[in-house]
Parts: sequence; structure tokens; C-alpha cells
Amino acid sequence: MDHFLTPGDWGLALVQTLLFLAGAPLLAAWIRRVKSRLQNRRGPPLTQSYRDLRKLFAKEAMVADTASVLFRAAPYVVFGSTLVAASVVPLLAVSLPTAAVADVIVLVGFLALARFFLALAGMDVGTAFGGMGASREMLVSALAEPAMLMAVFTLAMSAHSTNLSSMVQFNLDAGLVLRPSFLFALLGLLLVAVAETGRIPIDNPATHLELTMIHEAMILEYSGRHLALMEWASQLKLMLYGVLIVNVFLPWGIATDTGMASLAQGLLALVAKLLLLGLLLAVAETVLAKMRLFRAPHYLNLAFLLTLLGLFSHVILETGA
Amino acid sequence: MNLEQLSLLDQAIFVLAALALLASFSLLAQTRLTAAIHSFAWQGVMVALVTTLVALSGIHHLYVSALLTLSLKSLLIPWMLHRLVRRLDMESEAESIGHPTLLVLAGAGLVIFCYWVALPIERLDMISTRNVIAVSLAIVVLGLWMMVARRRVVTQVLGFMSMENGLFLAAVASTRGMPLVVELGVAFDVLVAAILFGVFFFHISESIETLDVDLLNRLNEREE
Repeated sequence: MDHFLTPGDWGLALVQTLLFLAGAPLLAAWIRRVKSRLQNRRGPPLTQSYRDLRKLFAKEAMVADTASVLFRAAPYVVFGSTLVAASVVPLLAVSLPTAAVADVIVLVGFLALARFFLALAGMDVGTAFGGMGASREMLVSALAEPAMLMAVFTLAMSAHSTNLSSMVQFNLDAGLVLRPSFLFALLGLLLVAVAETGRIPIDNPATHLELTMIHEAMILEYSGRHLALMEWASQLKLMLYGVLIVNVFLPWGIATDTGMASLAQGLLALVAKLLLLGLLLAVAETVLAKMRLFRAPHYLNLAFLLTLLGLFSHVILETGA
Repeated sequence: MNLEQLSLLDQAIFVLAALALLASFSLLAQTRLTAAIHSFAWQGVMVALVTTLVALSGIHHLYVSALLTLSLKSLLIPWMLHRLVRRLDMESEAESIGHPTLLVLAGAGLVIFCYWVALPIERLDMISTRNVIAVSLAIVVLGLWMMVARRRVVTQVLGFMSMENGLFLAAVASTRGMPLVVELGVAFDVLVAAILFGVFFFHISESIETLDVDLLNRLNEREE
């Protein structure tokens, strides 16, 4: 790729990653706010997530006596790999040097690495909650990952590339084409994203009720800056999935060159799309109830079936003799 | 052939055909009777919409078939089945499926098989939407699979009806529809079948007090 080494593009990639960092708490706060409004509550202001993070960073990090080195290292590994994964996703502009280095399968790998360390950290201290949360997280992710990869393969077969930039560019160039495979992949990926980011109906981010929590159970022992990094990483993951979905399936508005005007337009389009997606998620979380854990495999089977049908309809309907 | 070169109309036909296939899968995995009937009704809507889209490209008698499909398969027959279920007091009953995941995955395998079977047809140089043949064949086979794998009479009847949906979809999308007389005949056949099935439901549930047809395999009435 010719844009591989220009310093300007690397600068842009850095700016996009920083935007990811700055925007992730805002998106989480937006979803929380819409949800409160839908439940007739006033809800915290949009800056609440930043205040929480600042407070946590200022506090002392308490570590249990039984904790090993792994427990201390895990927040940095989780945060770092989620951030690197986020830097691969095209945010404002299509052509990213990071996207040329790592494709979408690497992205799934980074997320799996973060999850692996999260689960290890959950089990490290030896409390019952941590182990329980880790085992539940692994159950969910073992079923969600095949569905996610199947959706990725569907997209890759249409775009003839596993590179995220090429996929977005392909969708932009194709214009308005009704693809049954993309419809199924989108639906499947939405279900996977909800499960992976620990939202209702799989997990409830707002609860500390023993029997229901998954993500919260694993980070229960963390405090101070460790907890801040964990929280930030999960907000980043939410934004990552959101950006992935809106930019791959609805790429219109994303900047195709690095001019200031088109970048501003890309930012505007992205914000509008993410606000809409957040609204959708908040409405879904308001009308749905959390499932029993043993219903989660059924839910994820549905996601897998949808992405599988996406693959089938690509092969059967979209490619002919 | 490439999807981008097709008209938006043909692409919409593909999307609707794929959604009809999804409805077949949802029928297959649905344990609640009312929800299964709803899936069947949605499949009827998809097939009717495909028919309308094909009719838009200039084959006017298909408007009649579309209207017929919509009124019979997505309104009248689901309504009749709903009434039956309500009368037999089975609204809230859920049928237990032994291995729901295996059932669905076997269905996915059947789709691949149907694709393989339909491959030679797709190589023929026919109309642009000939790819739908594999999907409609899959809907037929999935209906058959549902009749084999499910135990309740009502779900087996739903499988049978969705087989007819698949046949109709194949006829509409690959040959631009059958003659109107044939379509009318098939449509009323299905209607009569639905009425007859209703009568049979009552007889079966009266004589063995359940609609689980596995119990018909036993020769004596004593519990063992």
C-alpha cells in the first residue's frame, strides 16, 4: 500500500485512536442518559463518565493479599490490547496505516487476548465471584466468537479482503446494493456485540447482584486506577463494536481523503450514526429483560445461525455461475 | 453473474427470498405454537412480496397470485390455526425439542445439500433470479425436515404448509410464475388441506387426548 509510510497518515491514525479514547466514555454516558430518560429518570450528565474515571485514577489502588503479579498486570494488558484493537478500526477516514498492518482477524485476536487476561484476573484472587464471572464470560465468548468470525468471513468474501479499510472502501464504491448476506451479517453482529460488550439481555452493566453479573463479577476485586482502566477498556470495547457496525455496514459520510473538510464531515457523520446506534441500544435495553444465563446459548445460537445464513446467502444468491 | 449488475428489483427479490429462508429456520426452532404460526405467516408475507416484485416487472397476472398468497397463507390459514390452537387450549404449551441446536445445524446442512443439488440448474442461462431455486428447494426440504423432526401435529402441518411456500417461491422466482389456473388450484388445495387438518386435529386429540403423534406408535392404550 502506498500510504503505508507517510507520516501524515500515521498522525491521523494517532488522532483517531485518541478520539476513540476520548469518545468511549461519552458514548457510554449517552446510552446511560437515554436509558434514564426512557425510564422517567433524569439520569447523570454526559460528563459523569469522565468524572468517574478521574475520581478512580486519583484513588489508591488496593490489591488483595492473595493477588499475584498477573492481577496487577491484567488491567494494563486488557486496556492496551483493547486500545490497539480500536486503532485498527477506521473511525473518520478510510485509509488507515494501522488497517494495512492488521486485518479484522487480528482485531478479533486482540479482543480475545483482552478477554483471556480479564478472565485470568477474575480467577487470580481466588474469590468465588471472580471464578464464577470468568467461567460465565468464557461460556459467552466461546459461543459468540464463531458467530463474529462467520460475520467477518461473510463480509470478507464480498469485499475479497479481510482488511477493514478495504471492506469499508468496497461498500462505499458499490453504492446502494441490497445484499441479503450483509443484512444477516449485520443482525448477527448486532447480537454478538450486545453479548460481547456485556449489555442486556446477556449481562447487566448496572447491577451488582451476585446471581446475574458476568463482567462486574470479574472486576469486583479491582479498585483505583486498575478499576478505572478496566472500566475504560469496556467502554472502549463498546465504542469499538459500535464504530465497526456503523462504519462497515453504513459507511456513507466517512472521509475518503485526508482533507480537513472531509475529515470534519466524517466526524459529523460518525457522531450522528453513533448517537442513533446508542439510542437503538438504549431502547432495546429498556424493552428487554435480562435472560437467564442458561438462555444465553440459545441467544448466541441465533446469532450464529444468522451469520451462517449470511454466508449461505452470499454463496447461493450473490455469486452465480 | 454479479450482484451489482442486477437491478434493484432483483436484489430485493434475493433479500426477500433469504428472509423467507430465515422464517423457515425460525419455524424449525420455535417451540411455542403461536410463535411458530406467526413465523409461518411472515413467510407467507415474504413470498407474497416476492410475487408482487416479479409482477412489477410486467407479468400482470401475478398480482392476483400475490393477493391470493397474502390473503390465504399469511392471513386466513394462520388465523384458522390460531383458532384451532385456542380451541384445543394449547396456546401456552411449549413443545420440547430434544436437541434444538442439532436440529438447526442439521437444517443448515440441508441448505448446503440443496445448494449442491441446485448447482446444475443455476449454470443454465435462464433469468437472473434463478439463484432463488436453491433457496426455495431449501425451504421445501426444511419443511420436510420439520415434519420428520417435530412431534406435534400442528407443527408438522406448519412444515407441510411451508413446503408449499417453497414450491410457490421456486415457481415465481425462476419461471416467472405458473399459469393462473394452476396457481388457483394449488392455493385452494392448500386451503382445503388446512380445513381437513383442522378436523383431524380434533379427532386425534379426542382419541388420544394429546397432539403428540409419537403416541400413535403405540398399539395399546395402557401406560407402560
